[in-house]
Amino acid sequence: MPVPGSGLAKGLAVTLRTMTRRSVTAHYPDSLPQLPPRSRGVIGLFEENCTVCMLCARECPDWCIYIDSHKETMPAATPGGRERSRNVLDRFAIDFALCMYCGICIDVCPFDALFWSPEFEYAETDIRDLTHERDKLREWMWTVPEPPPLDPAAEEPKELGAAHKAADKLAAQQAESEQQAESDGESEPPRETGTDPSGPSATARDEQEGDR
Amino acid sequence: MMDVADVLWRLLAVLLAFLLLPLIVGQAEHKAMAHMQGRVGPMYAGGFHGWAQLVADGVKFAQKEDIVPSGADRRVFQLAPAIALLPYLIVLIAIPVGKGDAVGQVVDAGVFFVLAVMGVGVLGSLMGGWASNNKFSLLGGLRTAAQLLAYELPMLLAAASVAMAAGTLSLPGILDAWQWWWLPWQIIGGLVFFTAGLAELQRPPFDAPVADSEIIFGAYTEYTGLRFALFLLAEYAGIVVLSALTAVLFLGGWHGPSDSELGWVWTLLKTAVLAFVVIWLRVSYPRLREDQIQRVAWTVLVPLALLQIALTGVVKVVIQ
Ligand code: SF4
Ligand code: SF4
Repeated sequence: MPVPGSGLAKGLAVTLRTMTRRSVTAHYPDSLPQLPPRSRGVIGLFEENCTVCMLCARECPDWCIYIDSHKETMPAATPGGRERSRNVLDRFAIDFALCMYCGICIDVCPFDALFWSPEFEYAETDIRDLTHERDKLREWMWTVPEPPPLDPAAEEPKELGAAHKAADKLAAQQAESEQQAESDGESEPPRETGTDPSGPSATARDEQEGDR
Repeated sequence: MMDVADVLWRLLAVLLAFLLLPLIVGQAEHKAMAHMQGRVGPMYAGGFHGWAQLVADGVKFAQKEDIVPSGADRRVFQLAPAIALLPYLIVLIAIPVGKGDAVGQVVDAGVFFVLAVMGVGVLGSLMGGWASNNKFSLLGGLRTAAQLLAYELPMLLAAASVAMAAGTLSLPGILDAWQWWWLPWQIIGGLVFFTAGLAELQRPPFDAPVADSEIIFGAYTEYTGLRFALFLLAEYAGIVVLSALTAVLFLGGWHGPSDSELGWVWTLLKTAVLAFVVIWLRVSYPRLREDQIQRVAWTVLVPLALLQIALTGVVKVVIQ
């Protein structure tokens, strides 16, 4: 059975306790928020990667990505070869007044040309100014943070795996050809005798430093 | 007999206190409310701790146009803020701050005088509400009238209990007779007096007459600029007067643990603590409904005040 009036006292206690505590309010314009790396602020475009495949524009549920392009023919790489054609981007714009930040365009881009940037201060006074063109999207590209490091126990990313494999293969080939050159005779003096011993020892030293 | 210089000096001191103390209470309310509600708005203006907030408010009020609604009773409408403010200044003259001579003017029937003049303050809201030619103002004014009628009684009864105990109506006289054990003896009366005073000032949680979410701002709906600021100032002056009166009547005014010449410090300290409690209550409690306000007055405060009077009488007889 609660004491009558204890609720009133409890109310007073709550406000008094709040008064003695520091508020945790972030003073936004004075101090910028610490956003997590995957924040969906705005979409950045890495133009060089874009092949104008139009997947993003087609998958966008809001139809707010505008892409214009034209076709260019490249001269044949080898004489007598076929000419090649490729798409050149003319316009890439996203209407952020329509965009619902679903991220589908970023997921769907097969060439890693679209990224989330945590930048969020791009309010405009006119809704039409919210359609941002490619130069603006490119500027936002530089605000995209590095991807977070992989989990230590995680599998090696595919790209790295492929690169390692290629490097191993190349090294094996080189070693094989070197061996062949040695067995072929002393006609060609080994070019890198001066640098070779220092190379491995230097890396060994580095590794030791790293271990310590 | 006091000479002219003495009178002038006293008037000046009272006027200074009157201009300064409500502002201090206002500033304290900004800051205390901001802390209690975890808000940053009032902490912003002027850099450190938002010290310039009150100045900014003042500038804002001074800039606003002074509007009298058409069809309003012009003279009454314009007079109302002054009527609301002046009584508190007059009450301040009679409140003893320190031992002996540290009072604006010793009034023989001090308790009676102070309560009567304080009651006039509410008239300002009534006049504003009636003269605004606005149904919301009228509603607020009627609520003010009802509240005034309901809470005047317990307030007077509680004060009467102290006067009975001391056997005098003079405020310094009451303080002269005060003993520390009056504190528990008169505690019920003190609570009743303070609560009723809060309601008379129309402070939350008894602010149904202003009720900014139901009847816009009650009697003050049509007021703008400096006149509105005067009403606000009256509210803060009212807090000062109520706190000071409660401190004098029920908390022993200048009596402190160390009974020295610094009695006025004790009075001011008690007043400040009570003013803080007024702010604290505002932050903690939601607004009472109009019928709840009436019920608290008639079924809780009046019986409690009568009980206190009976208790005072019994103890008085036992002592003699
Ligand atoms: S985030 Fe969604 S809505 Fe916005 S552009 Fe990409 S696909 Fe369209
Ligand atoms: S999906 Fe990627 S590559 Fe294709 S058009 Fe869109 S941004 Fe360019």
